[in-house]
Amino acid sequence: MTSLPQTRSAKKLGLVIDLDVCVGCHACVISCKEWNTGAYGNALSDQHPYGDDVSGTFLNRIHSFEVVPDGGQVIGEAGDARVVHFPKSCLHCEDAPCVTVCPTGASYKRAEDGIVLVDEDKCIGCGLCAWSCAYGAREMDLAAGVMKKCTLCVDRIYNETLQQEDRVPSCVRTCPANARHYGDLGDPASEVSVMVAERGGFDLMPEQETRPTNKYLPPRARTSLASAAPMIPLAENTEGARGFFAWLDKTLDRI
Amino acid sequence: MTEPYIALSEPVGDTIAKTTCYMCACRCGINVHLKDGKVRYIEGNRDHPINKGVLCAKGSAGIMQHYSPARLRAPLLRTGPRGSGEFKEISWKEALSLAVDWLQPVRETAPQKLAFFTGRDQSQALTSFWAQNFGTPNYAAHGGFCSVNMAAAGIYTIGGAFWEFGAPDWDKTKLFVLFGVAEDHDSNPIKMGISKLKQNGARFVSVNPVRTGYSAVADNWIGIRPGTDGLLILAIIHELFRNGQIDLDYLQRYTNAPWLVIDDEGKEDHGLFLRDDLGKALVRDRKTGALVRFDEPGHVADLNADFTTDAGRKVRSVLRLMAEKYLDPQYAPDAVSAETGVSAATIKGLAAEIARVAFEEEIILKQPWTDMKGEQHDVMIGRPVTFHAMRGISAHSNGFQSARALHVLQTIIGSIDCPGGYRYKPPYPKPATAHPRPHGRAEHVTPGKPLAGPHLGYPLGPEDLLVDADGKPQRIDKAFSWEAPLSAHGMMHMVIANAHAGDPYPVDVLFLYMANMAWNSSMNTRGTIKMLEARDEATGEYKIPKIIYSDAYSSEMVAYADLVLPDTTYLERHDCISLLDRPISEPEAACDAIRWPVLEPDRNVRGFQSVLIDLGARLKLPGFVNEQGGALYKDYADYIVNHQRKPGIGPLSGWRDADGAGEGRGTPNPDQLKNYIDNGAFWMKHIPEEALYFKHHNAAYQQFAIDTGFFDTPQPVTIQLYVETLQKFRLSALGTRKPVAPEQYRQRLLECFDPLPLWYRPFEEQGVDTKAFPYHAITQRPMAMYHSWGSQNAWLRQIHTKNPLYVPGGICDELDLKDGDWVWVTSHHGRIKCEIARTDAVNGRTMWTWNAIGKRSGAWALDKNAPEATKGFLLNHLIHELLPPKADGMRWSNSDPITGQAAWYDLRVQIEKAEAGEALSEPHFSTLHRPGSQPEPADQLRYGQEWAK
Repeated sequence: MTSLPQTRSAKKLGLVIDLDVCVGCHACVISCKEWNTGAYGNALSDQHPYGDDVSGTFLNRIHSFEVVPDGGQVIGEAGDARVVHFPKSCLHCEDAPCVTVCPTGASYKRAEDGIVLVDEDKCIGCGLCAWSCAYGAREMDLAAGVMKKCTLCVDRIYNETLQQEDRVPSCVRTCPANARHYGDLGDPASEVSVMVAERGGFDLMPEQETRPTNKYLPPRARTSLASAAPMIPLAENTEGARGFFAWLDKTLDRI
Repeated sequence: MTEPYIALSEPVGDTIAKTTCYMCACRCGINVHLKDGKVRYIEGNRDHPINKGVLCAKGSAGIMQHYSPARLRAPLLRTGPRGSGEFKEISWKEALSLAVDWLQPVRETAPQKLAFFTGRDQSQALTSFWAQNFGTPNYAAHGGFCSVNMAAAGIYTIGGAFWEFGAPDWDKTKLFVLFGVAEDHDSNPIKMGISKLKQNGARFVSVNPVRTGYSAVADNWIGIRPGTDGLLILAIIHELFRNGQIDLDYLQRYTNAPWLVIDDEGKEDHGLFLRDDLGKALVRDRKTGALVRFDEPGHVADLNADFTTDAGRKVRSVLRLMAEKYLDPQYAPDAVSAETGVSAATIKGLAAEIARVAFEEEIILKQPWTDMKGEQHDVMIGRPVTFHAMRGISAHSNGFQSARALHVLQTIIGSIDCPGGYRYKPPYPKPATAHPRPHGRAEHVTPGKPLAGPHLGYPLGPEDLLVDADGKPQRIDKAFSWEAPLSAHGMMHMVIANAHAGDPYPVDVLFLYMANMAWNSSMNTRGTIKMLEARDEATGEYKIPKIIYSDAYSSEMVAYADLVLPDTTYLERHDCISLLDRPISEPEAACDAIRWPVLEPDRNVRGFQSVLIDLGARLKLPGFVNEQGGALYKDYADYIVNHQRKPGIGPLSGWRDADGAGEGRGTPNPDQLKNYIDNGAFWMKHIPEEALYFKHHNAAYQQFAIDTGFFDTPQPVTIQLYVETLQKFRLSALGTRKPVAPEQYRQRLLECFDPLPLWYRPFEEQGVDTKAFPYHAITQRPMAMYHSWGSQNAWLRQIHTKNPLYVPGGICDELDLKDGDWVWVTSHHGRIKCEIARTDAVNGRTMWTWNAIGKRSGAWALDKNAPEATKGFLLNHLIHELLPPKADGMRWSNSDPITGQAAWYDLRVQIEKAEAGEALSEPHFSTLHRPGSQPEPADQLRYGQEWAK
């Protein structure tokens, strides 16, 4: 078994994902793949990439759900079934069961910033960590036989060869909808912490008691069009266009 | 526990090459990080005007596109029958001399026997120039089956349109209404924009039968019935008129609302504008009552004119005609609710919200400016309501008029090119009158000589049609004929059917570039394949005798070519995203860009544009050879730098003149491409502050346009709410104005060519028994795929490996269908078998699927049993290029009657549960061979493993 760090810095690096603006475009999914297949650890392999049973290792995936809210707004023939695009990667939990379950010490949580990583040299590919993760956020790479997971682009965020503004995870750098934010969730004054406080950011499945670092921002409240303030018809607009023409004349005289 | 050492500061690659993406039509700037001669990482270029650093899934997956096993490897000559995929690889010398042998006699005897059509072409300035110099009238790109309704309706109305022509003022807009699907037309800018406006607290309304993608995050989703968008828009216009929520000052100044329409039934100018001797439209000065030219300074035009002139002409203002038309109760929300499937309360609410935001949330920018009449304005007034639409409105047979209706709606609230509103992108605005007229009549075509003028353009009346004295079409696609008079982008979807039928005449060579006509780019795919395979019974020759095709990948169309000219990938080529072509400007800046070879091809392939230039020289086409008959240009790069369309104007606007200081105008600069590369492969010239809005009437903007070389004289746009060109066609149909329309077209011209937007039921719905075909079936564009290109991409195909048919819950319940069941879907034309998935996020009468995921077995280097081929499917098999026969036996084209736009989204279907059987989508075609020396694709990828640490 592996221990979580005994002494930790207050720093908790992680992601804040805004479900109000995520359109499910998969930009983050592929950007993650292309960065991480040539970066930390083994490549992210693809099996039968042009075959009838293609699969591959991805550290970030998007799941799309259809939900029908109770008492939703009904518009004509269409109801108010909603589509929610839900990006999901490792949440870098504070009480990460994937770490404590690891028999070799390969899975660990960094004391310095809270990032959960796999030391691939120590990983024996037993898969216990994936089994223990409530979020299904770890993927076994079939070619390398080691467990892969989100590194929070640890080799970008501290990378001194990159411009300061590029020292963010690849998924954050690329997101066209600005739905992904990176920062220190341990600092209540950080931009991401403020965002979470203002928008009611929430933990995914808090009942698992893993205390995830990553947070999700819920969709903003919506108001129906049918409840928009009604317009007041032209008082003179009695019949056909005559009322309109009278209004037009009067209004033009005022211009 | 000690934590392991991690190398945190490794350089990404050895070098960064900045170029332009080509994973879709968006054309973002990319930084390609190269390591050990391979692509390590592609990210968005932060400085680039289009994407400002972000990049979509397609863009990031460019690595897999570049290394795709479907890449062609050498020129191919067909050895088996068409469709077998059997080829031998030949040298470029052989390939080019064969092409010349086929093309030279055509040019010398009957140039119209070459049909040259380019698909998703981003080099139309070159391809059209080549075709014009070849002399054939038969050239166009793919706009006719894509979005010509949007482009043409926009140009005729506001001198611009959406996407490449204009965009919402994302920073300032407070209400954004998106019609239909838009995923690859301005893809990253719309995602960035939607996010920005939602974070600004603006409202986003999506009008789309299907709630996918962008619609998923809309504040309000209006699940409209397909083909009724125009009616919804007219109901909103009705509400705005009824409540007096229109911008009279804007209409009086910048539109033809006060222009006077002649009311003189039976006369040749009935419904045309009252004009003076110079042909200038007249208005009545509200102060003096005198008739004045519309562009005369110092008057206030009367919007409410209804009088008889001193010369005895009865006239009414356009605005009066509009009020009479749109206040009719047929457009009331209650009256259109059933047809559109949208509740009256929602329509009224949307109209009220548009009015409230436009007038109560008015923006006042303290920016003085001067209009084209010389009047000084202290401020710029903004109406922050914006719209965007592409194929959702466009791909219906009523799409032109629906798109017109949308522009009329934008205009009556004063929201065209104002702060917070729709904004033109340079070189737009450009009125229809400033565009060329089409060329292609017999007198324009001379063997051995160039065509007399450009192929494509905007007719201003029936006199500009490309028809003979009997009214017969002159182009192979019948563009600009009475069948589709304003087909400004041509009608590529009709070329194969017409060439096969020899109607209006047979062709000898069909030359296609990047157009997958044997699969997802054709209606009636099976029929199209048969036409490509059909032989003349007497001679045994193919009915379309010679097909030359250029593509970078082994698409389905490759198998039907006789000669294949293999193109490079987008990272191996020069390209030019030109202001002469399909621009990438932003509302605040004129922009253009290049691609350049950041990697050298490892195959015997050449960039198509360089090949075309080489062929031009071999054929001795004017513009491609010098006086001695030698090649003018070494390759496309040389052409991009040195070609001049007219003195000082070339494909690229940046770094002109010997010193590189010229912008827009200037002599060629030998270092121009280096200057572009050093600047990140793009050029951007900002528009001055006082010219940023009201560009259509802004004197400072018009001067900017002249200085930058868009025009030689000012080209202000007076927005054409009423389009006189359309009325001229109706007069031809009435027989009161020449040329008189042939009998069989008259009724349709009278019904559809209304000079004020109207709505009519889509033709397929009019022509089929809607009880037998009660449902709609449409496609949506997946955000992670571009047409058929994505499935060869190892990473992207894992997102969409197959496409189910998404069926509304109500229909599933009625037919006892559940996820994974198989169904037969039938239209008037054909039937397909496919797998379903249930959905409730959809209009209750509409089923849908993803566009172009379905593949033919063996194409694109995929395994013959790939899910794309066994479970993927196309709706194309259900869609015919012709409508069902009418009572008169005529079969009309399944297109918009005005522009010829292919009416993909008019499809009506029936659905039934399929008997248990093989889980294989139908129709299923024989497996194509991998062409030439294309190797067996890898069974496992570990891309980047050599860099593992």
